[in-house]
Amino acid sequence: MALATFWYILTAVLWTGFFVLEGFDLGVGLLHTVVARDEPGRRAAIGTIGPLWDGNEVWLIVAAAAMFAAFPGWYATLFSGYYLVLVLVLVGLILRGVSFEFRDKVERSGWRRTWETTLTVGSLLVPFFLGVMLGGMLHGIPIGQDQEFSGTFADLFSGYAVFTGVTLVLLCLLHGAVFLTLRTTGTVRGRARLLARRIAPVTALAVLAFLPWTHSTAGKGVLPSIMQLIAVLLVLAAAWLVTAGHEGWAFTATTLTIATCVLSVFVDLYPHLIVSSTNQAYDITVSNAASGNYALKVISVVAIVLLPVVLAYQGWSYHVFWRRVSPETYDGGAAQPAK
Amino acid sequence: MSQLDLARLQFAMTSIYHFLFVPVTIGLGFLTALLQTAWHRTGLADYLRLTKFFGTLLLINVAVGVVTGLVQEFQFGMDWSVYSRTVGDVFGAPLAMEGLAAFFLESTFLGLWVFGWDRLPKRVHLATIWAVALGGALSAAFIMAANSWMQHPVGYTVNPTTGRPQLNDVWKLFTNPVFLRGYLHVLLASVVTGAVVMLAVSAWQLRKGRAPLVFHASARLSLVVLVPTILVAMLVGSELGVTEGKYQPMKIAGAEAQWTTCQPCSFSLIQVGGGKNDETPTKIVEIPHLLSLLATNHWNGKVLGLNTVQSQYEAQFGPGSYVPNIFIQYWAMRVMAYLAVVVLLVGLWGLWLLLRRRLSGAKVFQRVATWAVVLPFLMNTAGWLLTESGRQPWIVQGLQLTRNAVSPSISTTTVAISILVFFVLYAALAVVEIVLMARFARREPAAPTSELPQPAPVY
Ligand code: HDD
Ligand code: HEM
Repeated sequence: MALATFWYILTAVLWTGFFVLEGFDLGVGLLHTVVARDEPGRRAAIGTIGPLWDGNEVWLIVAAAAMFAAFPGWYATLFSGYYLVLVLVLVGLILRGVSFEFRDKVERSGWRRTWETTLTVGSLLVPFFLGVMLGGMLHGIPIGQDQEFSGTFADLFSGYAVFTGVTLVLLCLLHGAVFLTLRTTGTVRGRARLLARRIAPVTALAVLAFLPWTHSTAGKGVLPSIMQLIAVLLVLAAAWLVTAGHEGWAFTATTLTIATCVLSVFVDLYPHLIVSSTNQAYDITVSNAASGNYALKVISVVAIVLLPVVLAYQGWSYHVFWRRVSPETYDGGAAQPAK
Repeated sequence: MSQLDLARLQFAMTSIYHFLFVPVTIGLGFLTALLQTAWHRTGLADYLRLTKFFGTLLLINVAVGVVTGLVQEFQFGMDWSVYSRTVGDVFGAPLAMEGLAAFFLESTFLGLWVFGWDRLPKRVHLATIWAVALGGALSAAFIMAANSWMQHPVGYTVNPTTGRPQLNDVWKLFTNPVFLRGYLHVLLASVVTGAVVMLAVSAWQLRKGRAPLVFHASARLSLVVLVPTILVAMLVGSELGVTEGKYQPMKIAGAEAQWTTCQPCSFSLIQVGGGKNDETPTKIVEIPHLLSLLATNHWNGKVLGLNTVQSQYEAQFGPGSYVPNIFIQYWAMRVMAYLAVVVLLVGLWGLWLLLRRRLSGAKVFQRVATWAVVLPFLMNTAGWLLTESGRQPWIVQGLQLTRNAVSPSISTTTVAISILVFFVLYAALAVVEIVLMARFARREPAAPTSELPQPAPVY
């Protein structure tokens, strides 16, 4: 297999890893004020992702860096073309990132409300606008002969791209709600379960529309690919498992649903990286955007050595924190948890 | 302002901001690891209290450091698409390595450290804070390798068909002399920053007389670390000047506003003029031979003047001005060097008080040491201005001009909007950060026995 293709796959895997892992963080961020009305409950909800979210976010950083190193042309065109969209993503990531740390630092309800709002807003901006970008790569944006973006801000919001964003937000909501049922106790868990049941059918419908739309956007007809067939089965399974109350399996199913949805975009995209809506000849592709062979070899060695190590210690940290967090822990405890 | 100027402004603003937090993370992370190790070794509760106390400050700082780093990662593509497309083959590699080797390590183990106090065995928990410290140092290593390549490109060939540099020897990126010294300088600067922050907080606490024994211990640690580190940082800094003289002669000539080649060369403590239209500045206090020493390591060394390098570059690269902003160069260098002396003196003063066992009662020193907290941030910013502005007009020395690197697809309005957004957001974060830092720095450290509540395991 050519190294460039290997890096295409790796980049797709990194994006997928990001949406799978950060997916439930984002969902928890969106839902933390809904699943819990009182302070202990909200702390418990946030506590489920407290130790994990930062490590999850690094998947995004590494995905971007992998694009930069392996496909400079992809990184350059995409990031400059989606300039203002990325500003919004960054605003979302910044708001989210500081909310976790700042929220508990001052014992005043106005203060907390502020950081709850920023957490919610941030958790909405990130999946939606990243989804718009992901969808846009496949749908096509105006790209000129010099490989630079040549359109306007409005060109980035095709129907398909916006729907990709919406689908991702819904997937994050479901993933997060199921995650909360698994990781909390008491009323928080009850509410999360209820929410998951309400969100599941909506998400399933969205995914059922999203997959054929993806395939036809790629010009490959409406008959789904194998990956998409699996995704369809998974999302139906997820909806059923949520309703039936098999939480562990439901979480497995939502995880795999997100993974297959994101991957099916990348499968349909290959061998393109960004489709040019101006002229086919200006498409950014795996072959015209890749780095030289030596550079790819170097980063391949590094990735092959380091990724398993990273997976090992991230897995270990999940193992250490894989226990339910209960609101009672925070009852009456004014002090910040854990330090 | 053109879109180019705005893009530069945005990069400068966000980088300077990011680098306010980075050295604190690296330096304070290292010192916190030392404190926890001391607790582990001695079992003294005071060290545990200090570990948690400074750990909280570290976390508040990391929160902003991390989110501003994200902006950095995206910005190359957003504002400098031609740059990214041209040099990604070489420059992207260290960034990808940084993510894989450093960011994962730092963020995962920070989570383990913060939430793992009662979940991990003591020894393993101690190892997690060292992993965090290691992650910080590694991340600086890769980013400095990338940046040093922009100062002195090595390990590449130019592809004849695309005209783009391609990596052909990755080892050279990490043995680049600019990198080896620059990295050391940045690490030392970070430890200096962390130590000054710790000293300032301890001094404030000592002055208020709360938990005096506890903060005497942290003041002692910070002083013992600070004084040797800043001495070495200054030595390495003057070596950097020599490296610069070799690879980027414009920078060092700019830092002295030296228009004509000289031998031997003196160094002015203060001067007036020296900019574009004034090639004979009025030097107020001159130290003979010092510039020769700094730039070449020789008493009578020759330093190329700006005009000399300018005509060399014109012959090599074609017409145009290759002279950076002299005012920034001259004053950035001096701010860094003079303030370094001030910090060193404060450190020595503290050490002397410590040896005479008068630290706890020395109110004047405590006041001065508290205010000294701003100095490392000024030095760091000045140092980066010297480095980055001195590279201008190049974005990659000798390979690509900054004005040819900017994204052609972005408009002035687009960049202006984003500058505004980041400015407002960063300003708000700065306020919150300072308020929180001050609040937690003035707290009494948690009593040794108080057990903080933990998210309890349910099954
Ligand atoms: C606490 C921080 C600190 C201290 C005490 C010093 N520096 Fe520094 N200096 C930095 C913090 C710093 C920095 C922010 O970390 C820089 C920016 C880029 C770099 O490599 O380190 C830097 C860069 C930097 C450069 C530019 C390197 C380049 O262009 O690539 C020179 C020539 C010096 N320093 C020289 C000195 C001298 C002569 C010092 C002593 C008097 C000194 N520094 C103390
Ligand atoms: C180590 C990683 C860094 C890299 C790869 C890097 C790269 C760049 C790039 C691409 C630019 C824009 C082009 C230009 O105007 O030269 C730039 C400019 C600049 N950077 Fe850096 N930078 C790094 C670190 C920093 C840090 C940490 C700071 C500050 C604390 C900094 C300060 C600046 C400033 C002030 C400018 C504007 C210079 C000018 O336009 O005159 N840089 N740098």
